[in-house]
Amino acid sequence: MTVELGQISLMAALLTALVLGLVPMIGTYTGNRRFMAVSTTAALIQCLLLMISFGILTAAFVVQDFSVEYVARNSNSLLPMHYRFSAVWSAHEGSLLLWELILAVWIAAVALFSKRLPEVFRARVLAVLGWISVGFLLFILLTSNPFGRLIPSAVEGLDLNPLLQDFGLIIHPPLLYMGYVGFSVAFAFAVAALLGGEVNRDWVRWSRPWTLIAWAFLTIGIALGSWWAYYELGWGGYWFWDPVENASFMPWLVGTALIHSQAVTEKRGAFGNWTLLLALSAFSLSLLGTFLVRSGVLTSVHAFASDPTRGIFILAYLGIVVGSSLTLYAIRAPKMIQGGGFAGTSRETFLLINNLVFAVMAAMVLTGTLYPLLIDAMGAGKISVGPPYFGLLFTWLLVPMVLALPIGIFTRWQKDTGSRLAGMLRWPMAMALVFGAGVWIMEPEIGFVSAAGVTGGAWVIFGSIFYVGHLLSRKNSLKIPGSVLAMTLAHVGLGVFLIGLSLVSTLSTEKHLRMEAGDKYQMVDYTFEFLGTKIVQGPNYTADEGEFVVYKGDKEVTRLYPQKREYAQRGNTMTEAAIDPGFTRDLYVSLGEPLDQNGRAWAVRVYHKPFIRWIWLGSIFMMLGGILAAANKRYRRKMPATKPVNTGTKEVTA
Amino acid sequence: MNSRLFPLLGFLLLVGLLVVGLKIADRKTNLPSPLIDKPVPAFDLPVLASPGERMSKESLLGKPYLVNFWGSWCVTCRAEHPVVTELARLNAVYIVGMNFRDESTDAIAWLKRWGNPYDVSLIDFDGRVSIDFGVYAAPETFLVDPSGTIVFKHLGQLTWEVVQNEILPRVANMESGS
Repeated sequence: MTVELGQISLMAALLTALVLGLVPMIGTYTGNRRFMAVSTTAALIQCLLLMISFGILTAAFVVQDFSVEYVARNSNSLLPMHYRFSAVWSAHEGSLLLWELILAVWIAAVALFSKRLPEVFRARVLAVLGWISVGFLLFILLTSNPFGRLIPSAVEGLDLNPLLQDFGLIIHPPLLYMGYVGFSVAFAFAVAALLGGEVNRDWVRWSRPWTLIAWAFLTIGIALGSWWAYYELGWGGYWFWDPVENASFMPWLVGTALIHSQAVTEKRGAFGNWTLLLALSAFSLSLLGTFLVRSGVLTSVHAFASDPTRGIFILAYLGIVVGSSLTLYAIRAPKMIQGGGFAGTSRETFLLINNLVFAVMAAMVLTGTLYPLLIDAMGAGKISVGPPYFGLLFTWLLVPMVLALPIGIFTRWQKDTGSRLAGMLRWPMAMALVFGAGVWIMEPEIGFVSAAGVTGGAWVIFGSIFYVGHLLSRKNSLKIPGSVLAMTLAHVGLGVFLIGLSLVSTLSTEKHLRMEAGDKYQMVDYTFEFLGTKIVQGPNYTADEGEFVVYKGDKEVTRLYPQKREYAQRGNTMTEAAIDPGFTRDLYVSLGEPLDQNGRAWAVRVYHKPFIRWIWLGSIFMMLGGILAAANKRYRRKMPATKPVNTGTKEVTA
Repeated sequence: MNSRLFPLLGFLLLVGLLVVGLKIADRKTNLPSPLIDKPVPAFDLPVLASPGERMSKESLLGKPYLVNFWGSWCVTCRAEHPVVTELARLNAVYIVGMNFRDESTDAIAWLKRWGNPYDVSLIDFDGRVSIDFGVYAAPETFLVDPSGTIVFKHLGQLTWEVVQNEILPRVANMESGS
């Protein structure tokens, strides 16, 4: 019976969402304050109902209720307890429920933490979010109900996909969805501003902390996904330009453009329409991503459960949400260019470069992702667009962005002079060139492109740090504004990421070997000795576990134990790579197939990956920067009406 | 023209493309088979792992059965294996594994390694029967009714949705009808 309660709770959430979408919206047009106040109650009740619903599905996994079809298909009596929790979102139905739960949490957060906003505006924002929720709940209830019964009940479950039996997968989807779904808040703010005809800079200031938090979650969510692919898939890669990865990357790119253009609109009033459009696009691309992943339109290594009828539903939903918001934009967006003008050399120009680069990157990823579909639609056959296309275009697009970034940080709003900038930027530029040249001399095999990448990363890092130094020396005090620290942290993160990316893409060594017990293999400075394999019994799998001793010279560095697991219930085999992580290099060993009858000889893959950790370290910095920026005190002050524009030479930080 | 309309127009073009994409995704999974409602092609094949034994179309008459074409070389067959296993566990329908274009030793090892969901496996070594069935890719699955007529065909990986929405209801129908 309990499972049916979960479904009833879901239906009640749909009704609540309808109330949330309708009543406050009517209130804003009739001026009925009680109607508008309904928004808070409805938002909180909806959140509670979804928590109940989600809790009941989780409970069904914990107690192993195999009379529920979704549980029977994604769990097994031998599944360890912690995976029973993550199994809830391991397949289509449950991940949609998680998506919706997270949306409800965001809505409740907006209801709780936006009491300072003008009443009408706040009611509109919540009502728009209510409509988004209605669509998604309908989608779950009509096409993807996770509470369906299996009659007769299964005796044993099919087990969780072993790829997903992993710590990374426990936290990767929730964080990613926090980001995806979080952009709905910026979207709702933009739509509310358009509806009210109040497209000034207020809505931008109010929506900034929400956008930053969503962006921070998306950043870390994508980074975790890449880390998971690296250690779990067993072939040492960290990014595959797979349609599903692209689906999460497009909102990130647009979101990055958005947080920068919001800065311009808030501070200077410029780029107003552009900021609106980016806010609408970031969430639209999140929905498009959901469509691509769930509809089976594109084939992908991530294709868990895809189904064209679900595709039609999401497409209709996407069409309504995005189509109506863009129509609203076409009707209501201000016709006049707002905000102060700016000179060629000004911070506005540099942020414009940022926005153009990120928008072009997003358009390029979208094109590359949909191109196979277009070719197929024209009947010209099946192709796939892979790393060569994306890698090449990204490298070239990064050039203007990286060059412009530190200059932009130093440049004043409105107008600045090249000579002033040149004076301040001499040193970081010189240091970056020396650093890049030094790395190239030490590791000549990285080649020009990677050396340039390292130089670019160093240029971003030194430029960011010099700016902090510049502020300190000018102010003669040790207090640095939180927003500058946040910006510096995120930009240093980008620099670290770029250096890691450049080095790992050229310095990595990998070797596929046939190894018998006792064999040794020398890679770079390390000697890998294979001692043999033994059988290991896990809770729901049996594994061949290899043992490798790694020496550097005569000194033992580490012992690695890669596994080849067989999961009994599904009959899947999984490679569990063994990794010795390090700040400057990872050692990575994975077991392939046994090559003879008695299990002495194995196919073994050995990798040496220098600086790969820097990719994720940089992403962590970026996320922390985003959170720090959102935590800025000025967002928590009472929201005043538009205040006068900062003028003069005072440097205001983005 | 109003430039603020461009984003909307761009989006409409995108939706058009996605609609076509959905059509394609749909067509890929719903190729009609000329064999539906036709009698099962004749076969008389050796049984895997029991030398000397054979099984023919005639000996299977009188009960509904599923013919699942597979081979140890077929990656997708590995992917659909858990679904076939689960279906076998339900004991709802007799499952004939049609091992085609495969070495019997490989096929036996495959079944030993991953588990054998089939009530019987037949050896279609040269793939001649698979041609009669119109199979051009593995896996492919046919549902046959007690009179020996093909009532349903699925191309590609068998999913639980197909088992539940297409196969099990048809089997239940045959049993209540006979």
